[in-house]
Amino acid sequence: MKISVIITLKKDVLDPQGKVINQTLEGMGFNDINEVRQGKYFEIDVKDDDPKKAKEKVEEMCKKLLANLVIENYKIIDAQ
Amino acid sequence: MKSSVITFPGSNCDRDMDVALKKFGFRNKMVWHNDVELPKNDLVVLPGGFSYGDYLRCGSMASKSKIMKSVINFANSGGMVLGICNGFQILVETGLVPGVLLRNKYLEFICKNVFVKINNKKNTFFKNIDEDILELHIAHNEGNYFCTNDQLNEIQDNEQIAISYCSKDGKIEDQFNPNGSIKNIAGIFNKEKNVLGMMPHPERMIDQSLSGEDGSLFFKNLINNIK
Repeated sequence: MKISVIITLKKDVLDPQGKVINQTLEGMGFNDINEVRQGKYFEIDVKDDDPKKAKEKVEEMCKKLLANLVIENYKIIDAQ
Repeated sequence: MKSSVITFPGSNCDRDMDVALKKFGFRNKMVWHNDVELPKNDLVVLPGGFSYGDYLRCGSMASKSKIMKSVINFANSGGMVLGICNGFQILVETGLVPGVLLRNKYLEFICKNVFVKINNKKNTFFKNIDEDILELHIAHNEGNYFCTNDQLNEIQDNEQIAISYCSKDGKIEDQFNPNGSIKNIAGIFNKEKNVLGMMPHPERMIDQSLSGEDGSLFFKNLINNIK
């Protein structure tokens, strides 16, 4: 079963890369941006076919390795 | 005095650290990241470099490698652990010292000499050192120290800010902050002060003909304190 995870920086953490991307987009003429925040996306193919168990495992992976909870949030977005 | 330097795949300051430790009298051993047991030690050093290619987050993979379980146990039982640069990033990922190291504020890899002020000498790392300010070298892309407000209050209350970026005469101001670190933080202790993580490289400042010798002052003092 494939599980997707998105990791984003918490609101009050500075994201210099997001800022530069924002500025570049504005320089290209995209003038209607409030803010850009950059994150990470993972696709994890787990052996378990039970969605609930699989999600629980991925959640544990997020807490222990994929995200640093001091600065990042994780969101499990879908299972298929 | 016995020390160990841990080599991870991608470490590149491990041999410099070995040279520095031996120069000032440590009997140093190199320990591979896949080993399980640490030799008997007075000091364990996590060196600089790019362990595991800085994949995921700097230091995150190395913090889960086999030897780190022994290093964490060693630290938790009062053993002295020093993390330099990538070693500092590994320490924050293990949780042995609080906070995280983010990408430098202006997105540049910074490689230059800086001055740091020693904030706390009531510990084995800096006890009896004559100097208040050291000139050391930094070379990093992710040295921007960050922590939550609660963590910041706690580390200030416990005097855990070991060294701060400053001017030549010791002024800790924004203009002397190379990477955007909160409070100009360049190095942090754990609560018990037996673990120190710092971005500057003292092992690069031990030879008069190549660099300054402020790193020598650090190591000479350290070995005297451990004796």
